[in-house]
Amino acid sequence: MTFIAKPKVAHPSLPKNALGFTRRDYEGSLSTLCAGCGHDSITAAIVEASWGLDLQPQNMVKLSGIGCSSKTTAYFVSGGHGFNSVHGRMPSIAMGANAANRDLTYIGVSGDGDTLSIGLGQFCHAIRRNLNMLYIIENNGVYGLTKGQFSASADVGTKAKKGETNQQPPIDPVLLAMTLGASFVARSFSGDKEQLVPLIQAGLRHRGFALIDVLSPCVTFNDHEGSTKSYAYTREHYEPAVHADFVPLQREITASYKQGESIPVVMHDGSRIVLRKLDASYDPTDRVNAAAHIQARLKEGEYLTGLLHIEASQNEFHEVNATPDAPLNSLPFEALSPGSKGLEKILARYR
Amino acid sequence: MPATPAPHVNDFTIKIATVNGTGSASANTLLMKSIFRSGIPVMGKNYFPSNIQGLPTWYEIRITRDGYVARAGKVDIMVAMNAETYARDAREVAPGGYLVYDSTWPRPALLKREDVTVLGVPLAKMCNENFNGVRTRILMKNICYAGVLAALLDLDLARIRELLAETYAKKPQLVESNMKAIQLGYDYARANFSCPLALHVAPMDKTSGHILIDGNTAAALGCVFAGATVGAWYPITPSTSLMDAFKSFGERLRVDKDTGRKNFAFIQAEDELSAIGMVIGAMWNGARAFTATSGPGISLMNEFLGLAYYAEVPAVIFDIQRVGPSTGMPTRTQQCDLLLAAYASHGDTRHVCLYPSNPEECFYMAVQAFDLAERLQTPVMVLSDLDIGMNDWMCRDLKWDDSYRPDRGKMLSKEEILKLEKFHRFVDKDGDGITARTLPGVHPKAAYFTRGSGHTKFGTYTEDSAEYQEVLDRLMVKWGTAKKLVPRAVIDATAGSKVGLVSIGSCDGAIHEAMDLLKQQGVTVDYMRVRAFPFSEDVERFLEAHETLFVIEQNRDAQLRSLLTLETGVDKKKLRSLLHYDGLPISSAFIVEGVLAELHPQAKPKGAARA
Ligand SMILES: Cc1ncc(C[n+]2csc(CCOP(=O)(O)OP(=O)(O)O)c2C)c(N)n1
Ligand code: SF4
Ligand SMILES: [Mg+2]
Repeated sequence: MTFIAKPKVAHPSLPKNALGFTRRDYEGSLSTLCAGCGHDSITAAIVEASWGLDLQPQNMVKLSGIGCSSKTTAYFVSGGHGFNSVHGRMPSIAMGANAANRDLTYIGVSGDGDTLSIGLGQFCHAIRRNLNMLYIIENNGVYGLTKGQFSASADVGTKAKKGETNQQPPIDPVLLAMTLGASFVARSFSGDKEQLVPLIQAGLRHRGFALIDVLSPCVTFNDHEGSTKSYAYTREHYEPAVHADFVPLQREITASYKQGESIPVVMHDGSRIVLRKLDASYDPTDRVNAAAHIQARLKEGEYLTGLLHIEASQNEFHEVNATPDAPLNSLPFEALSPGSKGLEKILARYR
Repeated sequence: MPATPAPHVNDFTIKIATVNGTGSASANTLLMKSIFRSGIPVMGKNYFPSNIQGLPTWYEIRITRDGYVARAGKVDIMVAMNAETYARDAREVAPGGYLVYDSTWPRPALLKREDVTVLGVPLAKMCNENFNGVRTRILMKNICYAGVLAALLDLDLARIRELLAETYAKKPQLVESNMKAIQLGYDYARANFSCPLALHVAPMDKTSGHILIDGNTAAALGCVFAGATVGAWYPITPSTSLMDAFKSFGERLRVDKDTGRKNFAFIQAEDELSAIGMVIGAMWNGARAFTATSGPGISLMNEFLGLAYYAEVPAVIFDIQRVGPSTGMPTRTQQCDLLLAAYASHGDTRHVCLYPSNPEECFYMAVQAFDLAERLQTPVMVLSDLDIGMNDWMCRDLKWDDSYRPDRGKMLSKEEILKLEKFHRFVDKDGDGITARTLPGVHPKAAYFTRGSGHTKFGTYTEDSAEYQEVLDRLMVKWGTAKKLVPRAVIDATAGSKVGLVSIGSCDGAIHEAMDLLKQQGVTVDYMRVRAFPFSEDVERFLEAHETLFVIEQNRDAQLRSLLTLETGVDKKKLRSLLHYDGLPISSAFIVEGVLAELHPQAKPKGAARA
């Protein structure tokens, strides 16, 4: 298998965003995933979301670990740098990259294996540091790339393609992130572009760690009868609780929402997310009750989806570290090195 | 300046046996510095336990008018402050030496040695009578022995006061209480013993232009001067003080006075896997970043080091080596990661390593490590050790050339990118194996995809044999370039001998001293200290030119010798190993004995460990 360059034919009728880019400008190389793989739909949603946000492709940094899901960073925004690192360790690469340049937009794509097993530690600590990035888990309940072993997100009782039943309780990334203090936690489904695109946009705009756990069926190893992560099962047990519409700064809210049902959340740059509660009893701004609700529904085998938890994020890494506004990688050498005069002063202590 | 000093003046070793956590460090530093400020070369070595409080600790101060920096290997004055180790401490004193102990309690066992002079001082009693509070009394007891030594060795009290005044500039009352304890010990010694002893100090002028500094502080300073902005780490002895020093230098030198903003990021990672990931991410994104660790951390970093090698991302790693295998002896020194560092990670990987021999070199090599890492787009490991990193060494003043600018290597600017028709990440345009790289956020044309999976010279994914091999072979061309860029070996061939010593890192001090001692016995040898991996051409030539080569290193498995046999054409039969691996720094006596045992087997039947 070698790299297949996707021909870029600019069709004059393709719509352009504020920067004059068409959706094609946010695409990457041709996907080599199985036809019908949920991950490809998420790639398409990222393309759509980035185009819609008028992001400069070169300001997007794409990071991933290892897995079918992690490969997808090559399949969108070819104008941005990508870093396909090692299995489960993408968060540390993202942390370092973000420390070096706080001005860019960081988007990490991982799998349920990559995040919840080998990378669980790094995932948790990236949340604790409130690393400013969008972290997408393409969750299919299995290790796709190593041919279908159960992952740590596999539900109790779910059946493997070869018939084996999973007995171990799953790790739910949404609940985990909420207990660790994440300020933007969402769940979605690769098959629900309507829901997913604005969530990605909101996540990209959120200042701090934003998690979207996207149920993303593996057609090859986990789409059979008896699997709780198949397309059919997900469609049936998927409960949108909160719909989030992302409203960029320069645009007016056009749709009208009924009072009480809609909650506008203002982002740090002034843009807004308008939350529409689809389940009246659910309050995404109340961390404790929201988590209880999610857990109760999970017990019933139902996935609540949408922007499940949001709060104004405080103290992302750079705020805590008190780094200057200018990226560290842009500071002139003169501002960093004390010079020979400075050295003399320092050495006085060692005499 | 006095004329040629008497044999015992300015040439002896004091060892202080205490319990850790009792504040003896400040007393020891005080002694060291007051001798140093009298112009006399000194060396401090701390032998401490992997424990926070209550276990035996020793501090050795070698007063050396000849300026030797190695461990002395013998003790002339023992200050036995720890009842638990009295017996072994008393045994260690060289015949004719002195044993100072706290005579508050009778210690008849200590008086058994007739070949040493035993000096009892009621330290605890005096401090209990003069100070209040348990903690203060314990601390002052330690300061008090410094006063005793001041009298015995003829140290200048005014100098001691001056040092205390500097240390406690913000707490002047502490200067007075410390001076009171010093005076108690001083007066007691003057009243009861004939001071000074035959072993004493006399002012010289051999320390101007020198500093007393540990290697970790010097390395951290190098990182500051090199313009490093990101430090990520996971705590591990003996590397922690390097990161602590970077942080405190940063807080002093890199904080904007008006805004409080810090021109550096200091990240305590969740483990070493994460620490190295952060360094790689930061350097990939154009910041100078580094981590410091020890052997166990390097073991964990292996996978990422392979990625950085193959994906060609710069990284700077300080490995402050300690005794292995496994957790080993965390507070003892060794040079046991030479092979691990050189070939860390699976697959065909090899890494540029630098081997500093003292704090001064730690400073310069830290700067060099960043330049090499960015020039060569690869990880660079600086292999220091606990002896260099945590002990106070006298070394020449560090110098800084204000015309220095970081070598960012082939990192394309926006202007350069705009001139390109197309950017290809791994196409070797200059034939040196080094290809141009770009940073995120500069221009869409410059974007590329970094991966540890098989890739073509254009940076795209491949499983094609020829395309894969082309990149792997080019990495060897780059390795050839590295050979020319790394610091050359330090070679002393003035003896013109057929016998050569070959060594590395912190063995250097002991070797210089051993060469002087050998010369006194009529044996002259050449000496080569390798300073980097890959080995420069001169290493090969030195090995070629000598008939017998002693490879001297501080590990069991002759790792330097292995590297030399793997990477040069040297005839294995010419190599003799002198291996020191008990966890204490190597001494000159060990080397002298080993060399003589081999060259004159009749004269000295029992030699050092050989392999
Ligand atoms: C250190 C290491 N161990 C094991 C592997 C093999 N491996 C590659 S991908 C993968 C699992 C990926 O699962 P997931 O993250 O869920 O991605 P998916 O393929 O399902 O999208 C494993 C175990 C590896 N690449 N590296
Ligand atoms: S194996 Fe599964 S996860 Fe991997 S590409 Fe195929 S469908 Fe997608
Ligand atoms: Mg998976």
